[in-house]
Amino acid sequence: MRRVLPYPLLTAGLLLLWLLLSQSMAPGSVVLGAVLALGASWALVPLRPPKARFRRPGVALRLALIVLSDIIRSNVAVARIILNPRRRDRRSGFVRIPLEMRNPYGLATLACIITATPGTIWVEFDSAAGTVLIHVLDLIEEETWIQIIKGRYERRLMEIFE
Amino acid sequence: MSVPDLPFWAALPVALFLLLGAGLTLTGSLGLLRLGSFYERVHAPTLGTTLGIGCVLIASMLCFSVLQTRPVLHEVLIAVFVTITTPVTLMLLARAALYRDRHEGNRQVPPAVPPSENCRDGR
Amino acid sequence: MTAALLTWSILLAQLLLGLAMACATFRLLRGPRAQDRVLGLDTLYVNAMMLLLTFGIRTGSTLYFEAALVIALLGFVSTAALAKFLMRGEVIE
Repeated sequence: MRRVLPYPLLTAGLLLLWLLLSQSMAPGSVVLGAVLALGASWALVPLRPPKARFRRPGVALRLALIVLSDIIRSNVAVARIILNPRRRDRRSGFVRIPLEMRNPYGLATLACIITATPGTIWVEFDSAAGTVLIHVLDLIEEETWIQIIKGRYERRLMEIFE
Repeated sequence: MSVPDLPFWAALPVALFLLLGAGLTLTGSLGLLRLGSFYERVHAPTLGTTLGIGCVLIASMLCFSVLQTRPVLHEVLIAVFVTITTPVTLMLLARAALYRDRHEGNRQVPPAVPPSENCRDGR
Repeated sequence: MTAALLTWSILLAQLLLGLAMACATFRLLRGPRAQDRVLGLDTLYVNAMMLLLTFGIRTGSTLYFEAALVIALLGFVSTAALAKFLMRGEVIE
């Protein structure tokens, strides 16, 4: 089973991508998509990506909903800042956040979440010290941001990936 | 040029989502003009690439699903693609800018963690 | 009535997106630094992709979708290469 289907999730995802692109559920396109998806997943085996574990789909769904609502809220906040630049008390700056998570997939997801949310951007990760540097557009207090990142996202990502 | 023949209940949300998405994208691009420094400006395009493009894609999905009387979902591909790639490009850009600023000795940016305390990952 | 609503809202949306592209072009031409120009180019790509999608809705043709997908792919690759260039002075190390 391992040898025939090394990455089941990846294969299913690629097949879905193919079906969406060709916009048909005809047997021919399903077979072609399956062959291509299998070939691509076999091609990935020699590269030996680090093993990923994905658990707790419930937590993942909850996290996705939280991220979606955060994105909508910070869209409004950033739009306000841009349209009303006369507010002088706003200041932006860098924050260094210590992280406990070491799983590369969890860190990559966290980086995407932080950058995709308007108003915060992931700048650099120091793997030895385990700290991440983020830039915040509306920096009120550094401690608040550390709490938000660690409490809202990191805890759940660690549940999912570690 | 003729617009597609949609019933009113579909045309209204399509129009609203389109205008909302376009407005948000314009706001984001205005941010490129109005914000002061590069690190502030790098936040601006995320407005367009998250909710802006999301709204336009929902409008497009709704329009074509009603027109062809079947669910047309391939816009999801663009949404997934943009959601994954935009953070990567913005992170790369921010890191490049930080690297350049440090190289020029700009005092505004935080210094790198000194290599004596830790061995930088073997790049 | 419905046709008028759709026509005008699509036109307005295209106007807004065109203005957004103008803002991005301004940043692309003005700089002041290289990373600002690359950021402007990236924004220009995304805005152009959205403009294509509105054209698709206007004409009712899915052809524009393919063009938008290609723009998304090429835009990502080019911005990544440019950022790499800014960092190291070389695209391929």
